[in-house]
Amino acid sequence: MTAQANTSIARRAGAIIMAPVALLARAFDPPLRMLQKFGGTNVMAAFFLAPNMLIFGVFVLFPLAVNIAYSMTGGNALFLTNREFVGLDQYERLFDCGNYLDRQTCREDLFWTAVWNTSSFVVLQVSLMVGVALVTALVLNRDLKARSFWRAVFFFPVLLSPVVVGLIWRWILQRQGLLNFGLYELGFEPVNWLVERNWAFAAAVGVSVWAHVGFYALILLAGLQAIPKELYEAAEMDGTKPGRVFWRITLPLLMPNLLVVLVLTLIRAVQIFDEVYVLTGGGPGTSTLFLTQYIYEVGFASHLRNPGLASAASILMGLVLIVLTLFQLGIVRRNDRRGGK
Amino acid sequence: MQSRKIVLALTAGLMSSTVAFAGDVRVMWYSDGVEGEVIQDLLNRFMEQNPDINVILDNVAYQVIQEQLPIELEAGRGPDIARVTNIKTLADHWLDLTPYLADPEYWRTNLGAQFDWMRPDGSEIIPGFMTQLTLTGGFANKTLFEQAGVEIPRPEATWDEWVEAAGKVQDSQQLNAAFAIDRSGHRISAPNVSYGANYIGPDRLPAPVDEGTKTFARKLVEWTESGRMNKDVWVSAAGTTYRAAADDFINAQIAYYYSGSWQVANLSTKIGDAFDWVATGSPCGTVACSGLPGGAALVGIKYTKNPEEVGKVMDYLASEDVVREFTERTLFLPAHKGVIAGEIDFQSDDPNVKAALTAFVKATGQVHENANALPAWKWGTPVYGALVTRISQAMAGELSIDDAFTRIDEDIKAQVAEASK
Amino acid sequence: MSRVSSFLLRRRGGTRWDWTDVFTWFWLIGGFILMFGPAAWLVNSSFKTPAALAEFPPTLLPYVTELVQVDGYDNALPLYEVTDENGDARVLAEVRRIGIVAQMVDPANPQEIIKVSIQDRTPRRTVSFATENYVEPLVANDFLRYLWNSVFVTVMATIITLLTNSMAAFALSKYQFRGRSTVMMLIVATLMVPLSVIIVPLYSVISAMGLFNSLWGVILPTVATPTGVFMLRQYMLTIPDELIDAARMDKASEWQIYWRIVLPLTAPALAVLAIFSVVWRWNDFLWPLIVLSRRELYTLQVGLNTYAGELNVQWHFILAMTVVTMIPVVLVFIFLQRFITTGIAGAGLK
Repeated sequence: MTAQANTSIARRAGAIIMAPVALLARAFDPPLRMLQKFGGTNVMAAFFLAPNMLIFGVFVLFPLAVNIAYSMTGGNALFLTNREFVGLDQYERLFDCGNYLDRQTCREDLFWTAVWNTSSFVVLQVSLMVGVALVTALVLNRDLKARSFWRAVFFFPVLLSPVVVGLIWRWILQRQGLLNFGLYELGFEPVNWLVERNWAFAAAVGVSVWAHVGFYALILLAGLQAIPKELYEAAEMDGTKPGRVFWRITLPLLMPNLLVVLVLTLIRAVQIFDEVYVLTGGGPGTSTLFLTQYIYEVGFASHLRNPGLASAASILMGLVLIVLTLFQLGIVRRNDRRGGK
Repeated sequence: MQSRKIVLALTAGLMSSTVAFAGDVRVMWYSDGVEGEVIQDLLNRFMEQNPDINVILDNVAYQVIQEQLPIELEAGRGPDIARVTNIKTLADHWLDLTPYLADPEYWRTNLGAQFDWMRPDGSEIIPGFMTQLTLTGGFANKTLFEQAGVEIPRPEATWDEWVEAAGKVQDSQQLNAAFAIDRSGHRISAPNVSYGANYIGPDRLPAPVDEGTKTFARKLVEWTESGRMNKDVWVSAAGTTYRAAADDFINAQIAYYYSGSWQVANLSTKIGDAFDWVATGSPCGTVACSGLPGGAALVGIKYTKNPEEVGKVMDYLASEDVVREFTERTLFLPAHKGVIAGEIDFQSDDPNVKAALTAFVKATGQVHENANALPAWKWGTPVYGALVTRISQAMAGELSIDDAFTRIDEDIKAQVAEASK
Repeated sequence: MSRVSSFLLRRRGGTRWDWTDVFTWFWLIGGFILMFGPAAWLVNSSFKTPAALAEFPPTLLPYVTELVQVDGYDNALPLYEVTDENGDARVLAEVRRIGIVAQMVDPANPQEIIKVSIQDRTPRRTVSFATENYVEPLVANDFLRYLWNSVFVTVMATIITLLTNSMAAFALSKYQFRGRSTVMMLIVATLMVPLSVIIVPLYSVISAMGLFNSLWGVILPTVATPTGVFMLRQYMLTIPDELIDAARMDKASEWQIYWRIVLPLTAPALAVLAIFSVVWRWNDFLWPLIVLSRRELYTLQVGLNTYAGELNVQWHFILAMTVVTMIPVVLVFIFLQRFITTGIAGAGLK
């Protein structure tokens, strides 16, 4: 491969980006030496951590804590101090259902619709994503001419903004869009893709796979390329059947990467918002209304604004995400211990 | 060094956002048609006359006015002047212009009729003025009707008759749909009232959904199912998202379009010579043939640092000549008594325009009292929001229409409870 | 079944085309069409006039109706091809349309008015690129200003991200101190907390700090990326501690160790983070939309949103400006694609 060329590009890019830092760094060295002299390494560690943790604390941790407080207040006021404490009312409201098997009986039926939509989306999108990413990785792993070109082809949409992705596909799937034109030319009835509920849902799944599959295919491709060739050669000499080779060698050795991909897609799928919001606006009806949009609408957009309720819903969602993240960390840790990637 | 840099960055940020130069007046504005350019023109002229006042026009998407501005106001901030449609609900945030106006009596005489639309109940302040009055109403594609050989229904035709006629056009001209209404609770409230709805309860709180609303909502869902009403507009979004159906009318894909007077300039520019269209007033229900009055107001914001300058700008924009010029160039219906009494020469070569504006002026006589009461009613916006959210679910087949009514009542009740905390 | 083997063993199946080859090429070519097709269609559509965009079926090339100057008429008139009762085709210019009848003239003989039913005429069209879709927003509607804002946000956010993240990663990988694992846990636990979860309180924090309607209010909340810290730390862990110890022997200060030794060695990971940061910040939508309500502060993505105004979605402008927002990303991609793709694979985690 061209690892060396890459490193040199990286060096150069790094050098350019770091140039202003280098200047500043030189100027700030003497005072920092003093700091080090009086404070010791612990102070230096704190010094290095401080800027990031300060920003992190103010803009992530603090809001996160405030959010918990928010979820226990009611009213429409924006600042916490003006809000009335209501205890767990907002959570009760979310969980207030006549019959837990029928979301229409719930007081916040839209919340449960969003939960249901998000869950179905996660199941469908994740399986499709992992499947397509795996096949793509296997295809790209073959002895191809111009592999980097093909790799780029699948990676290209990853760099587009969600808004752009949503707009591109809305333009193609609209009633008079390119896809219906194709159907019309082939003699089929045009389909109103974004207005028929099942099609709109399928479009949401398909478009999000389209936008991100290249990223996961690359992670899997890296895993495939790390599998030692000798294993395959040995298997071939033993006359092992190819199907067995796939199940016994490729899949187990790819498992760490597959798991990473699985959890990453899971986490991303739970958070799905921008591209679908632009694509369908949550419709038809509420069939592509997902959790993040529910939170956004209740918190900001809706005429039925209730920031406390939005906070409560977001905290429930955050809990699910943290569980998934810890699950992922477990996998990464285990891989680390195994000495894998 | 790092933290110092951040502190610097922070202070720089703080500076840039809090320093409002004396004499700066920010106007948050959205446009339906050409009025953004017109107001910029007018403001430029104002700045030439008043070099010490710098007026900055922020042309934003309507969504920003609907979603971001309320939160900004809630946080005690915002522009100095804003053009809003959600006038009554946010009335607590408007500035009382009275002490800053050259002649408050002029305002009361000429613009006073709509002050109650934009101030809290029982208050006597002057918060601003209506840049335009609007009335909901329908538009028919005359050319499509002619091509189909269908008569355009007479003025007192009911909604059923209109849909039937437009349906004949749809069948004969192979259109996607016969008619469309904008995806907005405000828009369907006019027909609701025509069928006898009254949203306002005896205690001025929202009344439960009544038979009037139910009758029209049922019809609407039926028409959506039968393909008469363009499904895309209402079904293609969730929640309270606003969707206009103007594009479908402009592209001649529907024969009848129910929207409002503010569309006139837009239709004229976009349709051009492609077909002839007429404004039809509002179709009738069982008790009236009412449209819903409303409009956009230009209001001062309480949190401004330069109220004196805001007063001067507002005085200028509300002066009779300026209002007249604005009206004539934007093809809006004016709210200014003096301007209405005088001669208005709408600037358009399009024969459809003048006829349409006349039709809307005529339709104002048909407005039912229940519709007339809505603009000055505090709970209008939450009711509209609940209507659009739930009825569109019923159209998508997710809720039965009766469940939708129950939901509407619950949503509104929850909102009233939340707002009174 | 041996074909499966060759598929897995990344070898092409000898001289013959077997199904795995067919499948590979099907996948690659299908992928090519599916991945680039939509974007290409977008670029293509962005050169059409609103009238052409509303057409169904759509045309491949952008067409406009031809205009002709006719004696006796001030404005240029549109040309139509008309078939008369005898089935003869003529080219006529339309003067006006009344109801379903068009009044037309022959450009060669402008005195005589010919009445034609509008169903019997088709516009005569010519290929023309609607560059005004680009020019108008860029010149009249301040898109250049938005472009500058986007560049400013992207560059500043990326610089701060690289600095703060690498410093934190350095501390977390090369120092032993109490609470290190706690800090690490905190960062990792929030790795996946999406903006939407903290959006309401973050809004009030930004408000309280006076960062509302300021580009810094867009930049600061995004820069302390847990992803960046995590990725850089993993990379720095692979730098041998001996190097650092040797430097300490030479009386290098900790600061010098950081910027003279660790940073240069981390360059590949930094570059990956830089590229990601550029793409993320360039594409940010929801947060800037909430923080910025003044026109002169809009970023490109927010500016795009203004064309979905109250009345109509102005597709011709949206399409053109979407292309404009795509250009920098595509440029980054073209020049750095090999590096990005191998970089991600190497860095493993996002």
